[in-house]
Amino acid sequence: MYAIQTINLTKYYGKSRGIVDLNLEVKKGEFFGFIGPNGAGKSTCIRTMLGLIKCSSGSATVLGLDIVQDKTEILKRVGYMPSETMFYAGMRVKDVLKLSADLRGMDCTEEAKVLCDRLQLDVNKKVEELSYGNKKKVSIVCALQHKPELLILDEPTSGLDPLMQREFFQILRERNAEGTTIFLSSHILAEVQRNCTCAGIIREGRLIACDSVESLSQTNAKRVHVQGNVNIKELGQVRDLRQTENGLTFLYGGEIKQLLEVLSKQPIQDLSISQPDLEEIFMHYYVDGGEA
Amino acid sequence: MILLKHELRQNRISLLIWTGAITFMLAICIFIYPEMKGEMESISDVFADMGSFSAAFGMDQLNFGTLLGYYSIECGNTLGLGGAFFAALCGAGVLAKEEKDRTVEFLLSHPISRAKVVTQKLLAVFAQILILNVVVYTVSILSMVAVGETIPWKEVNLLHIANFLLQIEITGICFGISAFLKRGSLGIGLGIAVMMYFLNLISNLTESAEFLKHFTPFAYTDGASIVANVELDVKLIAIGMVYAVAGIGIAYWKYTKKDIV
Repeated sequence: MYAIQTINLTKYYGKSRGIVDLNLEVKKGEFFGFIGPNGAGKSTCIRTMLGLIKCSSGSATVLGLDIVQDKTEILKRVGYMPSETMFYAGMRVKDVLKLSADLRGMDCTEEAKVLCDRLQLDVNKKVEELSYGNKKKVSIVCALQHKPELLILDEPTSGLDPLMQREFFQILRERNAEGTTIFLSSHILAEVQRNCTCAGIIREGRLIACDSVESLSQTNAKRVHVQGNVNIKELGQVRDLRQTENGLTFLYGGEIKQLLEVLSKQPIQDLSISQPDLEEIFMHYYVDGGEA
Repeated sequence: MILLKHELRQNRISLLIWTGAITFMLAICIFIYPEMKGEMESISDVFADMGSFSAAFGMDQLNFGTLLGYYSIECGNTLGLGGAFFAALCGAGVLAKEEKDRTVEFLLSHPISRAKVVTQKLLAVFAQILILNVVVYTVSILSMVAVGETIPWKEVNLLHIANFLLQIEITGICFGISAFLKRGSLGIGLGIAVMMYFLNLISNLTESAEFLKHFTPFAYTDGASIVANVELDVKLIAIGMVYAVAGIGIAYWKYTKKDIV
């Protein structure tokens, strides 16, 4: 059962691209990271799923419901945190939280209180007096207080200090353990790698990779650091080759045996072969145009 | 009806100021009437004799010397223009302000359909207009009682009903336009109200421009004809209501399929 499934979802704003033929599948209960640089189409994809914008073609379901016909039902069961939220001027934090709960026809006072305590959010402040990070917290509580089945978070951590980020992800992991599906859009790879079980990479409106974080990191490429005066011209499938102080570092996509054979003939002082982190994978997809 | 309540709360200060200002101006006019009455009888001829200027404001047909003549001019200017501005600002702003202030994403990510958003926002504007008119009407009547004049009930009622309908029409038209806008809605709203006001002045001036009265609600709030005929021009009002309904219909049509970016 999929929490989110898009089939050839496409959105053009006039002539400019939003997303193109996006086929995304997020299973229920997953902690999914949606990675891409600014303008890749992350927000467009999210806004289309929530019915804020209409897709040009293709279709999608959220929690098994059609994004066009069952829009209201979807919104009832989803918690959404926009990348940038503005609240109504003149309202206090508690009024905003109450308004959000009222619009859902729910009483979320208790959960709101728990969340505000954990995030150290003063509910008596006026929203326009809040700092950027504190506005983010209001947004978090609005998205979480009704205990939705699916959380859609669009770059949620910008503006939060590291302690708050930790608390926030702690809350998310608890929710995830309780069965909430979490869809986290981000361009901070470290936080996706730390928290998410699966990830999709979007580039220029297209999904170019989608797998578990583990196997994404385990593409056959390895990060190789060599110290010593070595020459690796014989090796193929070398990417991201850089000269270091005392040697070379590169991503190697070929057979390890061959690598060792080449290196063993040379005066190497030290060698380390490691899994590339997600950031390197990401760079690889972006810089090389996505050909694995 | 959560959104309706929210909307009324958000706009309460603006409603208070507009209602207060219009009420205050009208009450002042009524309170100074007894003092002006004596002078007015002589002034009336002067006012009626200013040629096309008089015609534009209908002063050639009204007697400034009576409370009714005096009130219909004052009412036309104060409640007519003030009410039209308030209606235009509310109608043009109520949908567009969400996008201008960027609160729209917050609102529309809640389980409330776009059609419901439009309905509740429209009802909120109508409720505010109703409140404004009831307060203005009540204070006007009380002021007339206070200065000891006999109240020409029928004409006064018709004047206020006509003005209420004018505000409904302007709201409807501005509402339709505002569904297309993201910003600058207030200027457009006011512009429309002012333009319609001048259309009526022009249509009063010459016969050849009389067709213009089909395009402005100020034609059926014209004090002179209401006082002279003691009835409302149903045909003009019907046309006006068609505009209002069209505006509202367009708002529903556009807003329910609009991309929120």
